[in-house]
Amino acid sequence: MSKQTSRAGDRIFSTTALMAGVLILVVLFSVAVFLLIQALPAFFADPSEITGGEGFWSYIWPIIVGTVIAAAIALILATPVALGVALFISHYAPRRLSQGLGYVIDLLAAIPSVIYGVWGITFLAVQLEPMYEWLAEYAGWIPIFAGPASATGKTMLTAGIVLAVMILPIITSISREIFLQTPKLHEEAALALGATRWEMIRMTVIPFGRPGVISAVMLGLGRALGETMAVALVLSTGPLILSLIQTGNSTIAAEIALNYPEAYGLRLAELIAAGLLLFIITLAVNMVARWVITRNKDFSGANA
Amino acid sequence: MTNTMTTRRKSNLTRGQLPKYTPWVVVAAAVVLAAAIMTLVGFSAFGWGVLAAILFTVGLTGISAAVEGARQAKDKLATCLVFGSFLIALLPLISVIWTVLVNGIPGLTFDFLFYSMNGVTGQFDDAAAAGEAPVVGGVYHAIVGTLLMTLWATLISVPVGLLAAVYLVEYSEGGRLAKAITFFVDVMTGIPSIVAGLFAVAFFAVVFGPGTKTGIVAAVALSVLMIPVVVRSTEEMLRIVPNELREASYALGVRKWRTITKVVIPTAISGIASGVTLAIARVVGETAPILVTAGFATSINFNVFSGWMASLPTFIYTQIITPTSPSNPDPSAQRAWAAALLLIILVMLLNLAARLIARFFAPKTGR
Repeated sequence: MSKQTSRAGDRIFSTTALMAGVLILVVLFSVAVFLLIQALPAFFADPSEITGGEGFWSYIWPIIVGTVIAAAIALILATPVALGVALFISHYAPRRLSQGLGYVIDLLAAIPSVIYGVWGITFLAVQLEPMYEWLAEYAGWIPIFAGPASATGKTMLTAGIVLAVMILPIITSISREIFLQTPKLHEEAALALGATRWEMIRMTVIPFGRPGVISAVMLGLGRALGETMAVALVLSTGPLILSLIQTGNSTIAAEIALNYPEAYGLRLAELIAAGLLLFIITLAVNMVARWVITRNKDFSGANA
Repeated sequence: MTNTMTTRRKSNLTRGQLPKYTPWVVVAAAVVLAAAIMTLVGFSAFGWGVLAAILFTVGLTGISAAVEGARQAKDKLATCLVFGSFLIALLPLISVIWTVLVNGIPGLTFDFLFYSMNGVTGQFDDAAAAGEAPVVGGVYHAIVGTLLMTLWATLISVPVGLLAAVYLVEYSEGGRLAKAITFFVDVMTGIPSIVAGLFAVAFFAVVFGPGTKTGIVAAVALSVLMIPVVVRSTEEMLRIVPNELREASYALGVRKWRTITKVVIPTAISGIASGVTLAIARVVGETAPILVTAGFATSINFNVFSGWMASLPTFIYTQIITPTSPSNPDPSAQRAWAAALLLIILVMLLNLAARLIARFFAPKTGR
């Protein structure tokens, strides 16, 4: 009798485990399906009924561009610093300290995004405002710094800087892992040939880590594209403009967060459709990044 | 030959090298020079630090280029930039924690923790801003909401995540389905939190009718974010359980599912618990999904199945975006900062707990 129950137990347990695994795939699939169901009205509505009065795509297009701009600023600012920090922890810091310093940088990832938003709006924006005025005055001939600068500092550039801080720990932690996996023999060979530390890094660490760094940056991009609260709090949104130091621009996530509480009916469908687009964009970015990682896992020499 | 041995300093090997104390001299020079320049243009501590760092980098690279040559100079420059980028990364961390501490401590009182915002209107805040009354209102309702929603999210995601990880490690044998699950779990960690919120909204709108805003919707949204983290950490922990333990159990005639529940999982339980705690720490600060799923409440609600619920992050957000008294936002800002401090303490404690669990409840190897 006990044999019977434990055989049944085996079957039940393995089936439940399989179900849980399949459930994850189902959830990911149903995210797309349910969003699509709720978003359909926005795609097929009369163009004049959509916000802006010219149909869904001309409503969403400037916001997508704004999202990409914010993410681009964040990437441009965060990538060099993040790689520097990763190199610092993997190759420059004293061996004893490096793990502790890694935790410190991980703390940046632990701080909730809404706190970054509140910090950005009350501290950073105020601090950056004089710099924006300076930029508008002396670098105003560059279109992205065209004046007049926002008097509050709540601009695209501020939002981008806050985003850069938020994606820095992601890029750092993945690049750090990759850099640490550089084959020791390569490094020692370079040093034995008389290379300086920087030449050793350029000859062995960077070529080895390049695919990993690319995917780390793409994961950071995915996070920057989807980050909501920091942008919703820091940016005072408006129509799409080129200047980064004026009030204006918006991102998909901020648009949803700011307008959702009052939305109903067709407006709700529009916002959910925007969410669907955000989901598709971040999904594509993340899939490419993960694909690069898995493709290089077998050939990286990390297991050798 | 003996001559070069006795006068080692001038030997060919060490000629053209800067002495070891050079960086310290350059640091001193850079700090003094930066201070001098800053007093001319108007002093600020931050500008002083930045200028000193730039002068140090330029100075050290320049001296090195003159004495040691281009290759050494490049190496020095790279070292300066790498150290500099670490310092740059520390700035926002220190700044955020400092700002939250300075602004949050005044508002973090006993009353703040154990009163809700029920009945707190703009009039109270106007009086507080005029100095006639203390700042009233608190976060009790938000703490209750955060704890309940996180608890339900944990109750949903831990069984699913744990079982999925068990499937991946113990049953899948690296098949195509397992590869797909692993890949999409990784992809799922990158889902924007607001999309998870919208998914929960859309799901409950299709199943229970539109406009359902309750704590359980938020819990579902949070589990979408939490499950992949639980799966990944549990999977890693199960993989490091030695195969000998499984084989010893099989050899005693124990069934596979008993082996997993009685041998494999208990061995890995400290790592699993640590991973779950980190996952909780990740979702406890999520704002966007709760904003679109649980709405915003000012009174205490213990029931996740009906009515709107507050949470600490949405409390901070709404206090900043829509102050209770639009003409006097300062009391609201004080409450928001105090809540932010509370939230940071909560997240840091969870992170600390995760590390302590991993360290102190690690399986005894017995060797």
